[in-house]
Amino acid sequence: MTVVTLVLYGLIGGGALLALVRLAMGPSLLDRVVATDTLLVIISAGLAVYAALERDPTVVPVLVVVSLLAFVGSVSIARYVGGMLRGSATGDGRDLGLPVAAEEREGGR
Amino acid sequence: MTAVVDVVAMACLLAGAFLCLTAGLGLVRFPDVLSRMHAGTKPQVLGVLLVMVGAAIRLEGWSNAWMLLLVAAFQLLTAPVSAHMISRVAYRRRHVRRDLLLVDEFDAPAPADRLYLGDEPGDAPPEDPAVAVAEHVVDEGPPAGAPRG
Repeated sequence: MTVVTLVLYGLIGGGALLALVRLAMGPSLLDRVVATDTLLVIISAGLAVYAALERDPTVVPVLVVVSLLAFVGSVSIARYVGGMLRGSATGDGRDLGLPVAAEEREGGR
Repeated sequence: MTAVVDVVAMACLLAGAFLCLTAGLGLVRFPDVLSRMHAGTKPQVLGVLLVMVGAAIRLEGWSNAWMLLLVAAFQLLTAPVSAHMISRVAYRRRHVRRDLLLVDEFDAPAPADRLYLGDEPGDAPPEDPAVAVAEHVVDEGPPAGAPRG
């Protein structure tokens, strides 16, 4: 059973590390929002795996809070960026001083 | 019996954890916001469901099972909403590799500013079917005052 434990924590930790990499380098704000959302989901999966392995139900209410926090955070940032774009004449915020998207600037990366 | 149940629970947990790893890999490897979101949503629905099933089997209590079911239901309800909002902003912000798209239905000169499509914000400008007809964006506008289907 210890092998299964190691594999479980390894898989979840690897996923969280890769999401952190995208959170650090992601060229735009929306990449970071997607990475944060995924990271919170991976964290809640890790908490559930801990609860299941240790048969310890004390972290179960934390799961509810974390899953709601991920939704509220990503939706509020999307509303914020969308509100910035609504005052823009060109529709993509370039006339308001927002940088050109990396996907268009260099043909993607 | 308990051995079989434990094996089933561990299989669910392993599948969910593997989906978490694939989400991280896709986030790092994929080229733009939309495809990264496609990768990141895998653990949000299927991974969380599998992990919750595994945890509910292992925790052996109806109160824990109901709370884990609540988490799964929240994920199912909130994942499409946040994905919709983020992808709409990403398209308007041009965080999309347009050369990789097969179909881009927003790229046509859409009548979005003249005719309501149903997803406008509350302070959107009023719709104007006459201007849409004048711009040949729609073929034939409804007569003034008639209810539109």
